[in-house]
Amino acid sequence: METLMSVIIGVLFAIGVYLLLAKSLLRIILGTSIIAHGTHLLIITMGGLKSGAPALLGKKAAAFTDPLPQALILTAIVINFALTAFLLVLAYRAYLTLGTDNMEQLRSSKNE
Amino acid sequence: MKPNDVILQTVTKVASFIILTFSVYLFLAGHHNPGGGFIGGLGFACAITLLFLAFDIKKVREGLPVDFTTIAFTGVFIAVATGMGSFLFGKPFLSQTFGSIDIPIIGEIEFATAVIFDTGVALAVFGTALSIIYTISEDSSIWKR
Amino acid sequence: MNNIVVLPLLIPVLTGILLALFRNNVSLQRGFSFFSFFLSGVVSLLLVQQVYNEGIQILEIGGWPAPFGIVLVADMLTALLLVTTSAVSIACILYAFKSIGEQRERYYFYPLFHFLITGVNGAFLTGDLFNLFVCFEVMLFSSYVLLSLGGTRIQLRETIKYILVNTTSSTLFLVAIAYLYAVTGTLNMAHLSVRIAEVGQTGFITNVALLFLIVFSLKAALFLFFWLPGSYSAPPTAIAAIFAALLTKVGIYAIFRTYTLIFYHQPEVTHTLIAVIAALTMILGGIGAVAQRDIRHILVYNVIIGVGFVVSGLAVFTSTAVTGSIYYLIHDIVSKALLFLLGGTIIRIVGTGKLKEISGLIHNHPLLGWMFFINALALAGIPPLSGFIGKVLVIQEGLARGGSNSGFYCLAAVGLLSSLMILYSLMKIFINAFWGETYLSQDMEKGTTRGLLLPCALLTAVIIILGLGVETLYPYVEQAANSMMNPNIYIEAVLREVV
Repeated sequence: METLMSVIIGVLFAIGVYLLLAKSLLRIILGTSIIAHGTHLLIITMGGLKSGAPALLGKKAAAFTDPLPQALILTAIVINFALTAFLLVLAYRAYLTLGTDNMEQLRSSKNE
Repeated sequence: MKPNDVILQTVTKVASFIILTFSVYLFLAGHHNPGGGFIGGLGFACAITLLFLAFDIKKVREGLPVDFTTIAFTGVFIAVATGMGSFLFGKPFLSQTFGSIDIPIIGEIEFATAVIFDTGVALAVFGTALSIIYTISEDSSIWKR
Repeated sequence: MNNIVVLPLLIPVLTGILLALFRNNVSLQRGFSFFSFFLSGVVSLLLVQQVYNEGIQILEIGGWPAPFGIVLVADMLTALLLVTTSAVSIACILYAFKSIGEQRERYYFYPLFHFLITGVNGAFLTGDLFNLFVCFEVMLFSSYVLLSLGGTRIQLRETIKYILVNTTSSTLFLVAIAYLYAVTGTLNMAHLSVRIAEVGQTGFITNVALLFLIVFSLKAALFLFFWLPGSYSAPPTAIAAIFAALLTKVGIYAIFRTYTLIFYHQPEVTHTLIAVIAALTMILGGIGAVAQRDIRHILVYNVIIGVGFVVSGLAVFTSTAVTGSIYYLIHDIVSKALLFLLGGTIIRIVGTGKLKEISGLIHNHPLLGWMFFINALALAGIPPLSGFIGKVLVIQEGLARGGSNSGFYCLAAVGLLSSLMILYSLMKIFINAFWGETYLSQDMEKGTTRGLLLPCALLTAVIIILGLGVETLYPYVEQAANSMMNPNIYIEAVLREVV
């Protein structure tokens, strides 16, 4: 299972990095999102892929899952959700104001 | 051209109530089982979003004349202020307690201070999610051109 | 348990929420903002005194004990930085009253400013790595919105780049946290320190440490500063000043905390690398500052030199050098805020940042000119002012350690050279802008300085006090360095029964 997860994480990171290097802003935003998903999977894999009862509640269970990685991922997902929403709105505003979504044309110029 | 959305509208009328009820259940179940303020608030926001999609945003806003941003900030305020409540009892920030009372017929009901905190979280999530959707859709003038 | 520890976090967040609810009442927002920062300043001073008398203060949130629950820790370094943060925020918010404009004030400027300070204070206070990440994000989110607030072309463009860089580094931060959790099974900093001391800092852990270094370097603009010149010259003065003063410093704080508390077992690898990149940062920042001909860009490169110097104190890694480094860190926060406020005022008067088009301001604005001069001297490290003591301690220790490893001679030399570059670049502004013929008569100026000089004067006073009051302040800073160099003090305060 860990091997499979590692492969998936690697693939997600590869796709994300590929998209990050694109010129179109929308692809870059998708890239950050996909990398973030890879990171979330990485956290859950690193925390150990165990199955067991929820911690603290059923005290008789033989094995418990580690609640910490799940809490971390929930927080990270929320942050990433907000970030993606903000980036999309910002990209839209930038497209309306600057008239382009091509990163090549978003370089700073001397006459500003 | 106005799209034909009779089916969507009819289903939404029923489904939104089911979703709302389910999100209240999720919210209340959160203390011991999967659920809680976050997912409850999100479910609530989903129901409203469905209404947005099926009917016009303007029409829904007429029936629901509240500022989502205010709701979000009120929610965060409730959550933080609940945490500060523990200062009065000389306990660390965000300490919680619970107790239960017996009500005839219904049986024993547990009350926890964490529910107040969770209400804040639910309001915050509900308000934030809807204000994001509303802000993006507000700028629809561009598409009509 | 000490609930005062959480107040520097709570006061700004509550104020921010309340101000967001009353966003149309601008005068209420102003008054309340000032009051809130004043209050958190008082609380932080109280905290400094408590830490000085009773040792490290902690708060276990919700009563959950340390390695399991979330814990807030206020040691001396944290407390001193909290006080400095409050002082700088008061000055920046006073400056914003007169300069930021009604439009921005109505669009959540003050709430965002408070959330930014919440994130900064939270990052200083938190006792575990994951909450450090969360506080970084709170701070960064506010900074994203503050940077784009107003929506001018240049702001939108630079915000996109700024966000993309910071998202990437945040992702790497999470990756590093995941690896560290896999190896040690904890994220509480004190607990991490204990565990790593037990198993020894293996090659893998050192690798993770370097990943953390990359992450924090991106945030602190240490060597990886390519994003900084563009984004810090885009926003209005008050926002740029608070960014320059605090955002990079939070990254530096994170480097300080992790590399003195957790990853201190292999200094020959990690701290050597830190020394190299600190020296490179100073050199590259210095070249940038000397080469630029626009006030904004010169100031931005000065931020980079400051970062390099503060971290070089950590690289030397002796108690005295770290003391100097902390002192310079505090000085750098105050004087970088002042520098940006003064530079912004010059640009506001003339309407441009190009040095060629500015001349002879001293006739109409003597106070502005002299404050700029004093600040330039302080940044270069001229004796009675605040930059001196930090520089002297770091360079002295660098020279002392040079005997065993000649690389430290180079570091000390680069430190001295960077002072010269700072002095040269700032004097270039001073001579160009204040000397010479007066082009602009008072009624031809693009903007007034009315109300803008008060916050600048406040910060100048702080710089002079920091310089003259060294004798009084030194024990506090020394205690901060002492608890950083002896991780056991921190660990015992946080974990108590476990050790």
